Amino acid sequence: MFSYFVQNLINALQWGSFYSMIALGYCLVYGVLRLINFAHGDIFMTSCYIAFFVITGVTAHFTGITGIPLFVITLVVTMGLTALLGVGIERVAYRPLRKKGANRLYVVITALMIGFILENGNLALLGASSRRFPDILPKVIWNLGPSITITNLKVLVIISAFVVFAILQFIVQKTTLGMSMRAISYDKFAIPLMGIPVNTVITFTFALGSALAAIAGILFGMSYQVMDPYMGMIIGWKAFIAAVVGGIGDIRGAFLGGFMLGIIEIFVTAFLPSSYKDLISFVILLVILTFKPTGFFGVAKSTKI
Amino acid sequence: MTDKKKKFLVPSITVLVMLIIILLAKVGVINNYYQTILMTICINVIMSASLNVVNGYMGEFSCGHGGFMAVGAYVSSILSLILFCPGNSITGHALLPPSMAIVAFPFIILIGGAASMVVSLLVAIPSFKTRDDYLAIITIATNFIITTAINNIPIVGGSRGLMGMKTTMSFMAKTVSLPWMLIWGFVFAALTVVVIHRVMHSTLGMGISAIRYDEISAEIMSVNTNSMKLLAFTFSSGLAGVAGGLFAHMLGFINPSSFGIMKSTESLVMVYLGGMGSLSGSVISAFIFTILLELLRPAQILKWVIIPLMLILIMQFRPEGFMGPRELTQVFPRLKNLFAPNRNLIRPIAKPTEVRK
Amino acid sequence: MKKILVLGLALAAIGLCSCAKKTQVIKIGFNIPLTGDSPKVGEGSKFSGDLVLNAINAEGGLDVKGTKYKLEFVYVDNELKADSAIQAAYKLIDQDKVLACLGPDGSRRAIPAGQVYNDESTPMISPWATNPNVTLDRPYVFRACFLDPFQAPVAAKFAKEQFACTNVAIIYNLEDDYSKTLAELFKEAWEKDQGGKVTVYESFGQKDQDFSVQLTKVMDSDAELLYLPCYYNHVALITSQAKDLGWSKPVMGSDAWGSADLVNLSKGAVIGDYFTTHYAAAGAVGKTKEFIDAYKAAYGYTPDDVAALSYDAINLLLKAIQEAGLTGNLEKDREAVKDALGKISDYEGVTGKMTFTPDGDPIKDAVVVKISDSGEFTFVRSLQP
Repeated sequence: MFSYFVQNLINALQWGSFYSMIALGYCLVYGVLRLINFAHGDIFMTSCYIAFFVITGVTAHFTGITGIPLFVITLVVTMGLTALLGVGIERVAYRPLRKKGANRLYVVITALMIGFILENGNLALLGASSRRFPDILPKVIWNLGPSITITNLKVLVIISAFVVFAILQFIVQKTTLGMSMRAISYDKFAIPLMGIPVNTVITFTFALGSALAAIAGILFGMSYQVMDPYMGMIIGWKAFIAAVVGGIGDIRGAFLGGFMLGIIEIFVTAFLPSSYKDLISFVILLVILTFKPTGFFGVAKSTKI
Repeated sequence: MTDKKKKFLVPSITVLVMLIIILLAKVGVINNYYQTILMTICINVIMSASLNVVNGYMGEFSCGHGGFMAVGAYVSSILSLILFCPGNSITGHALLPPSMAIVAFPFIILIGGAASMVVSLLVAIPSFKTRDDYLAIITIATNFIITTAINNIPIVGGSRGLMGMKTTMSFMAKTVSLPWMLIWGFVFAALTVVVIHRVMHSTLGMGISAIRYDEISAEIMSVNTNSMKLLAFTFSSGLAGVAGGLFAHMLGFINPSSFGIMKSTESLVMVYLGGMGSLSGSVISAFIFTILLELLRPAQILKWVIIPLMLILIMQFRPEGFMGPRELTQVFPRLKNLFAPNRNLIRPIAKPTEVRK
Repeated sequence: MKKILVLGLALAAIGLCSCAKKTQVIKIGFNIPLTGDSPKVGEGSKFSGDLVLNAINAEGGLDVKGTKYKLEFVYVDNELKADSAIQAAYKLIDQDKVLACLGPDGSRRAIPAGQVYNDESTPMISPWATNPNVTLDRPYVFRACFLDPFQAPVAAKFAKEQFACTNVAIIYNLEDDYSKTLAELFKEAWEKDQGGKVTVYESFGQKDQDFSVQLTKVMDSDAELLYLPCYYNHVALITSQAKDLGWSKPVMGSDAWGSADLVNLSKGAVIGDYFTTHYAAAGAVGKTKEFIDAYKAAYGYTPDDVAALSYDAINLLLKAIQEAGLTGNLEKDREAVKDALGKISDYEGVTGKMTFTPDGDPIKDAVVVKISDSGEFTFVRSLQP
């Protein structure tokens, strides 16, 4: 029983890491722009496909690069390309609306539609067959005890989540850029008066958020190797709700919310049929939101009349 | 034409058009496939008009319409199966004779709508304290909760779906041979439009619109925003439930996956395409959207690339949607001559200003 | 005089033209999943369809009681969703006015769509749907494959004989009729007929990707065999995750495993596993080999069982049309084709000999296949329950 519990805890931490990483991306953009970037889950999916093509391209042209160098190259290139994608979307779709001072609602809907275009565009371009994410790192299975096993990949995923969180925390709290990001979230209109280039900061935010999604995408592809165009949708929605429950606008909230959702899902599946997990996760989320609408770490924002 | 006669002009034209279409369907000029399209248009009209009440008139952002449609669909299907389907999966035998199908059907649909109203209370109550993004989240969560809850109820087939509503339709056709699917679709769609129109132009509707313009001021002006929100929500969800019931009986088979986020998004697209706060806008956009979807069917996958792209372009260049917050009679003022002037207005309809940021 | 001549010639020309333009066409509908979670399934049916179409039209058309008819196949995507399958069915019946229809492939779509076809009196033959409810009480619905109440006992019998074990773990897809029914039937067959025990009976959802919890339960129990009656995309994930958790005991599956993508998607985790299916490509002879070669030449990969069954289903339909004859009246023709289909007996298809029962199900053998080290599906045994 104990080993069952520990094994599932490991499973939960690994599964929750993905939610956390994606939730962090949502949180960044929301914190700065007050925009729910519904396309984030699909950016995650697209980054997985980008990584797939990068790996195929690199291994085709430079045979002999395997293992950790390949992983690092893939990581860097995919993060760069995904950041470009995120920034591109921001430039093309969100910025014109921001410039016009359009209602936030329209931007949200645009985000939703961009998500659809990414999914279905992928489907149309690459066909409907699932693809298999190539193996990069050799798999090592460690036995920690009677029926408790963990692979090096799972460890990598969990560590990555923490590392990403730490880096993000550093950027947001200790750098000027991070301070600008926080400042914009407080008062968007006064910021340009302070000499802060709002557009640059927003571009940076999107780039950072998308790069985070790319890390999650690569790791997800390595862990669950069947890729299909709709894989980002459900995870995206769930990570988003997890971020909100944790307290969107605060990275700690998003981070913890992701793990919380992962733990709820895995442990519900452990003791009940798997079909209950979605139901119970969402009910718990709804209940938490009813009693604490701003989530755990969120700060209630007052609006001046 | 006198005012009295004018009151009946537009309704009688509409009824006439519907009768002609029904006649053509009965004769066979309009085959099953086109009937399905017309029926889908009616359902979409109900969905988009009802969502417009919350998203348009009230200015909220509810993303969970598909969930309420699901509740209505399932409740009315279960009722339909219990009452009419011999050998159904729930009670095993039908409770009522087939001849009562025609009479019972509207009640079945309405009860489905009522069930949706009850479920929507679950959403309305937490939503009092929240607005904008949080309401979106709560409604999305509700949508997921409803669909996954249905997934886990084996007696209604869970995720494998519920079948057999066609027997009710065929019993209706056996009693009196008419294209009942079409008739009920038209009846409910027309009723929906009329009821929403009436409600939105009453004091209740004014209160709901007031929330959109400035909720705090409205509260100060003695508009009970909490009860308005509750009413608007339940009303809108009830109508979604009605649409769900019709949907279930049209297809003859439902499963929870048809009522997920995609369905809610379709309704959102229709509302924003037509214009927030414009009833005629949502009706027109329901038409256009359904027909567009059918026309693009050969494009298969590209269909779902083209439609979001269109909506993005609309958001960029004409975010108010087709009609904006105006009704058809404001765009084409000559059309006002078709309707009797509303002598109940206390003051002339003010030009709607920018929606609150 | 001249005017009358010109008019006469014109009328004659129009008459001749219309006569010549009246090419006889047989329209058959395909209700298949071209998009969705398992597009390879629809692809198999479509490619087999194209093979038949090109072959027959190259000869000038199908010979029906002396007249040659050109074949026209209408492919409609049902997106692997039940409601889309129903809409596709209506479109094919009413809009395209097809004579008969192939598909849908999977039971989850075939069951509701079958209701539509039955109500609208249009013959339907599903190449691959194994759930009994597809053809039950539906005179217009047929299938080209064996049923699950047949497949499950076969699997149980083989498992008992091959692995000689008592405890079995089953993981199935709760949201798919096919998987759920097959799991139930296998459990019944295993416990009653083979006297074994099912120690783990876990489910998952259609969209699930992480199976660590279910597999943890399996590892913890003393199961000696894992039975996975699921579609190939889930099998790929489950088997590779099982290997990660250290599962080294045998795994067995059902006919939904039989996709060309399976070995690749599972990163080779399915090598050495067995599954029950309709035919084995490796080591085929005769008509089967001809079909495999033609398919491989045209499309570059060995056809899976969906493709082979679709090939048989189409040919069954065409044979029925040939037997029935065409009058030009769509309703009468559909009736005639349905009657003719029911009468077919001892048809030699690429997947075996088939005779239809009154329910519209064929009496055939089941084949057990092993996934070899090179990733091929090799024939092990063919058996009856």
